[in-house]
Amino acid sequence: MDFKEFKFSKEDEWVKVEDDIAAVGISDYAQKELGDVVYVELPPVGDTFAKGDACSNIESVKAVSDLYAPVSGEVVEVNEELEDKPENINHDPYGAGWIFKIKFENADELNDLMSYDKYEEYLKGIAGE
Amino acid sequence: MKKTKVNKAHYILKGKMVDFAGWDLPVQFSGVSEEHNAVRTTGGIFDVSHMGEIRFKGPRALDAVQYITSNNAAKLKPGKIHYTGLLTDKGCFVDDLLVYMINETEYFLVVNAANIEKDFNYMKEKSGHFNVEIANESDEYTQIAIQGPNAVKLLSEFTDTDLSTIAYYHFTYGKVNGIDNIISRTGYTGEDGVEIYFKSDEKTAANLFLQLVEKGKAHGIIPVGLGARDTLRLEAGMTLYGNDIDDSHTVLEAGLGWILKLKKGDFLGKDVLLKQKEEGITRKLVGFELTDRGIARHGYPVYVDGKEYSTVTSGTYAPFLKKPIGMTYLPIDKCEIGSPFQVGIRNKKVSAKAVEMPFYKREK
Repeated sequence: MDFKEFKFSKEDEWVKVEDDIAAVGISDYAQKELGDVVYVELPPVGDTFAKGDACSNIESVKAVSDLYAPVSGEVVEVNEELEDKPENINHDPYGAGWIFKIKFENADELNDLMSYDKYEEYLKGIAGE
Repeated sequence: MKKTKVNKAHYILKGKMVDFAGWDLPVQFSGVSEEHNAVRTTGGIFDVSHMGEIRFKGPRALDAVQYITSNNAAKLKPGKIHYTGLLTDKGCFVDDLLVYMINETEYFLVVNAANIEKDFNYMKEKSGHFNVEIANESDEYTQIAIQGPNAVKLLSEFTDTDLSTIAYYHFTYGKVNGIDNIISRTGYTGEDGVEIYFKSDEKTAANLFLQLVEKGKAHGIIPVGLGARDTLRLEAGMTLYGNDIDDSHTVLEAGLGWILKLKKGDFLGKDVLLKQKEEGITRKLVGFELTDRGIARHGYPVYVDGKEYSTVTSGTYAPFLKKPIGMTYLPIDKCEIGSPFQVGIRNKKVSAKAVEMPFYKREK
């Protein structure tokens, strides 16, 4: 799936849906804003989160950024490579920079996510403010 | 927000601007890590005009400076600089600063931006009774720092002054781009470098900054913001007022006994510090590394033997050393190198150990 087919949240996270698994990462805009990622705290596999819960965080040299569960469910896989190579998030935010995968039950929770085009518009809106 | 005279240059260079202690300054240009590592390997240029400059002038200028600072200004000579503390009567810090000796009746004090008003008022209150004029010249001076292995090489393209004759912690008067300057071999990064001070209009100041950046390219020197300024000083084990030193910890507790000269005449805080030296301190500022995954940051709780004791005074991921480092106050019996403790990071207690400072030392 091309990243332009991903869904995006207002928290600058992307969601790639395959069956009942949602893979999550941060957008290219977000990685640029954050700067060099030096540390990623991955959510524990097996933990469950409600939609909107802070479940992970990413740190640059100067800042800590929370990541939120875009959908309720159980964390079934995390990208362990990020422990040694957190910079993958900067170099390839939509591919090797994926962060965690959630197995969800309620697909309706994905309805408020934006398409790539809508997210781009949303970003332009912020820039314009 | 206040703007330094270099301000326009930051916008031209597309710096990411923030409000720093009321000043419109760049936190970064190309990125904190890149800027930090450039300073360590080639060089960086900083606008530090927000810093304060206070001049003591008069027959008793030395006595006035001696009374309110910790170090021995009588040991200075014209052209020499030392690092010192502006002390409370309890031997704690009002600020840390540099004292430049101009001559026997004139001293130039460089203080932190956030403390200019406070320091100036304090200095007048505590040492104004000596026969001395104390003038706040902060608004007049532009200050630019060029730091790193190629710093001196770059500045020498802009001045006829032979920079190799300026030893570390010394200064001279010279012309940079034809403008009168104080040129000092000082810095807040742990690298060789210079800091220049001059009075000019905005056009001249911004222009000089842009020219330094332009000519800097051939030396791998880039503009650097406040973000990297902080990570550089921390990696070099240098304290920051408001974080690691403040008005509730003494000079001795901060591990800065080397800027305390108890044998000089009377000065604010002397009796408290003499007593403390005799009795011994009960806590001390130490450098630490995390021994488990995480990054410690200012304000995070510090646990000793499982109990909350203090907070992280400064902490970051060190871009050059590539590890999480920080400073905190620990009980005196827990300060030896290797001594283990914990830092609370969100809901976890992460292992840490005391290490020697500075974390980074440049090869001479």
